[in-house]
This record gives sequence, C-alpha cells and structure tokens, in this order.
Amino acid sequence: MTLLKVEEIETYIEQYHILQGISFEVLKGEITVLFGRNGAGKTTTLRSVMGLSPISKGQITFRGENIGSLPTYEIARRGIGYVPEDQGIFKDLTVEENMRISILKRDESALEKLEWILNLFPDLKTLWHRKSGLLSGGQKQMLALARAYVGDNELLLVDEPSKGLAPIMVEKVMQAIEQMKEKTTVVLVEQNFFMASTIGDRFYIVDEGRIVHHGLMQELKEDEDARKKYLGIA
Amino acid sequence: MNLDVIVNLLVNGLATGMLIFLLASGLSLIFGLMDVLNFSHGGLFAWGAYMGVWVYVSTGSFLLAVVGAVLGGVAIGFILERWIIRPIYGNHLQQILVTLGVMLVLSELLKVFWGPNPLNAAVPPYLDGSWQLGGIILIKYRLFIIIVGILLLVGIQLLLTRTKLGLVVRAGVLNKEMVQALGYNIKRIFSIVFMLGAGMAALGGVLLAPYSGVIFSEMGMQFAILAFIVVVIGGMGSVQGSAVASVLVGLSGAFMAYYVPDLSLAVNMLLMVLVLLIKPSGLYGLKR
Ligand SMILES: Nc1ncnc2c1ncn2[C@@H]1O[C@H](COP(=O)(O)OP(=O)(O)OP(=O)(O)O)[C@@H](O)[C@H]1O
Ligand SMILES: [Mg+2]
Repeated sequence: MTLLKVEEIETYIEQYHILQGISFEVLKGEITVLFGRNGAGKTTTLRSVMGLSPISKGQITFRGENIGSLPTYEIARRGIGYVPEDQGIFKDLTVEENMRISILKRDESALEKLEWILNLFPDLKTLWHRKSGLLSGGQKQMLALARAYVGDNELLLVDEPSKGLAPIMVEKVMQAIEQMKEKTTVVLVEQNFFMASTIGDRFYIVDEGRIVHHGLMQELKEDEDARKKYLGIA
Repeated sequence: MNLDVIVNLLVNGLATGMLIFLLASGLSLIFGLMDVLNFSHGGLFAWGAYMGVWVYVSTGSFLLAVVGAVLGGVAIGFILERWIIRPIYGNHLQQILVTLGVMLVLSELLKVFWGPNPLNAAVPPYLDGSWQLGGIILIKYRLFIIIVGILLLVGIQLLLTRTKLGLVVRAGVLNKEMVQALGYNIKRIFSIVFMLGAGMAALGGVLLAPYSGVIFSEMGMQFAILAFIVVVIGGMGSVQGSAVASVLVGLSGAFMAYYVPDLSLAVNMLLMVLVLLIKPSGLYGLKR
C-alpha cells in the first residue's frame, strides 16, 4: 500500500531552483532510502514533504490526502515525524521534556509506544532528567529518533542519522531503525551505502534536484555498474 | 551612610525593577519566540495606566482597575498581533518602523480620549501610607508592587515549567521549526504569548500610576527603554534573565539617582555594554 506519494515536486529556496521535479513512492512498512552526494537535494526533499521548504509545483499525497499546501504543523498532525540532519534537539530542555513535547495526546497507545522505544534505547531512560544538550552525539540521535517515534506517526523522515557518529554507533542506530520498521514506515536519507543497504527495501538516488535512478535495494546491491555510476562506489 | 536611606533605596529599586520586569519579560519572550522587535510595548504600558485610572475613578475599586487594565491590554495586544505584527514577521526593519509608529499612535490616542494634560492617580486607601520599622519608614504601596512582582515572576516560572504551553514556548525559543514539525501551530502560540505580554505591560502601567501619582501619554517611553536594556542584559528569550536584569537595573537606577543623579541612565547603558562585551547573548542568553 502506498503511504506517501511525491510527484514531480519543485522547490525554490530564495531564488535558487533546488528541487527540479522529484518523484518517489513510499510503501507502508518499508524503509525507503534516498541516496545522493552532498548538495544533491536530499534534505530539501524531506523538508519539502514536511512543509518546511514549501513546494512551488507538484503534489504530495499522504494516506490519500493532498498535503502539499498544508502548514508544517498540520502535516505533522497527519502522522509524519521528522528527524532533521542536526537532530533538532531542544538543547536546553531535558530528555524527558524533549519526549513529552512530542506526545500530543497522552493516551494508552502513546504510553505503550514510549515504553517500547525506551526498551530499544535504554540509555535514554538513565538520562531521563539530563539536559539534552549534554548528551553525546549518538545519544542525541537516539533521542531524536525516539522523539519522532512517540509522536502519533505513521511515517518517519530520518535525515542522515549516521552523520558524525563513530562506526559502532552507526551500526547501533541502523539496527534501531530496522527494529522501528516493525512499527512504522521510514524514509531514510543516507550517504553510507553499506549501512543503508542492509536495512533498506527500496532506494532512490537524488542528483541535482532530480531522481536519477531507483529500484529495489536488492537490485542495487547486485548492480555494480549502477553503484559506480551513481554513488561512486564499487 | 544611613540605614533608612539604604533600605528605602532598596525598596524603590526593587519596586521599579518589578515594573520593568513586567514589560521586559513579555518583550523578551516575544523576541525569543518569533524574532519580533516590538517597540510598541511602552504604549501598552501607558494604556494600562490610563485604563486603570479611568476604571478606578469611575468605580472606586482598585481591584477592578487592575483587572480592567490587564483585560484592556490583552485586547489591544490581540488586535496588534493579529493585524499589525503578523503581516511583518521576519522583517526587522519593518518591525522597528511599524511598532514605533504604533507606539506613537497609541500615545496620541490617549490624548484623544483623555485629553493632553497629565492625570492624577491616587493610591487606594488600604495601600496608602507607610509602616514604621525601628525608625525605618516603609511605604506600603511600594512593598505591594514588590509582592505583586514576585507573585507574577513565580507565576510565569510555573507557567513555563509546569504546563504544556510553557514547554512549547521554551522549546519554540530554542527551535521554532522543530516545534512545528512536532505538530504545534507556532503562530497561535505566539499570539497567546503576545497577548500575555501585552497584559503584563498594561499591569505594569496600572501599578505604576499610583506609585508616581501622575500619568501622561508618553510615560511608557522611559520604561520601554529600560525594558529594552533589561532584555539585552538578561538575554533575549529568557524570563529568568529578564528578572535578574530588571532587579539589577532597578536597583542601580535607584542608588544612582540618589548618589549621582546625572549618571543614572548612563550607568544602565554602561551595564548593557559591559554585558554585551563579556557575553553578547546576555546573562541568560541561549546559544541556539
Ligand atoms: N538556505 C539555502 N540557501 C541557498 N541554497 C541552499 C539553502 N539550503 C540548501 N541550499 C542548496 O540546496 C542544495 C541542496 O541542499 P540539501 O541540503 O538538500 O542537500 P543534501 O542532499 O541534503 O546534502 P548533504 O548530503 O550535504 O546534506 C545545495 O546545493 C545547497 O547548497
Ligand atoms: Mg542533507
């Protein structure tokens, strides 16, 4: 089932034509990975879906509803969670406050989700009353993922969660995302092909504001030529 | 030095500090949350004073005067935010020009409604007079202002730390985009903060009226300038910073006015420059 459908979106930042017709489809229960070099337009794509960088053309459909012209908070309320590239942690607030602000309705399902994610990231439990600005990079990433997860979301947009983390931490974060997949659908922006290819179902490659290649992750794993051509790796 | 003088300067300084705080905390949050430079706040202060005096004269109830002034301030704040501030989000130059204009208009409107001459404002009988404490005279109304100020400070702190609205406001000061990405309509939250700030400015005005005994349409100016100094010293977006800096500026003002009257504003400026040199984001300023 298609959860999110992005069709030919174009986005300007100031006068710059950053996205020049991006299309992709996200199926429920899958991890869809956006690859692409620095400056390709991956972050802008996620921001456009989130309404933070408004689109000027094209359509974004989430659960059958056109969300392309909604304000960000309405898009979030429809069930899309966002983990930005810089994690967007409220540094002056505690871990607990960062989590609490994400829970719009404190009902049973929210508490269940909270318990589940804290079992996945037990570190957060021990850091519960710590100021989040004092957390390590990896802990901040876990907090950002957990925060997006406990919001009543059906889809998570996760922007380069491995950025700046030690390899062992990267692995941990990837495993966590794989486990979160049991509960939610994920769009993952990632430059680390090897990590992303182990957990991704489908991929899209962004270049200069366009999608230049896409398919099943398995196909990309077997297609050395495409990897060389689009990602510059063997 | 005379203990009597020192205690009185302390009381005066604290009372003035509290009045400045009522203006500054709103200004600080308004800037911290939406980057809005608002120079019209002094106008709300003066309106609070006029509306309060008017209600007091017509009803004889100081409590009603305070309530009326605050509600009036909130109402003016609502109108200002909705129709004047909202269209100029994100444009500092326009904000400065427009809100300065609003300040002038508010002040002129006072003259239209209540005439060009200053009005007298009386202290309500039960707050009038003073207490004698071992040779030291304490003026009741000034202590009253200090108590109200402390109560408000505690109230705002509780609002910010114990409620969901407060949590969202604190988060919004840190990262506006993320608050929206979590499902909050930041514009609505800002409207609420703006109205609260307007109400507090008006409260400052109505409390100042009996303290100074006379009100005039430009009375907001001086306090607005002090409030801006306080916001810069305390750090944009920090209520705690505003509180500390208000007391600092209030006290330094009172002591300087007594000992070196010519320098009293200069000292505040100096204080501001010093803080800016040492910590440009202000005492409690947040690194974003
Ligand atoms: N605020 C801005 N003003 C001007 N140009 C911008 C702005 N933000 C992004 N861009 C440009 O848009 C293009 C796409 O940026 P984007 O952040 O989406 O890339 P990305 O694929 O996420 O890159 P990275 O892997 O480095 O995070 C880049 O060329 C960037 O320079
Ligand atoms: Mg990016």
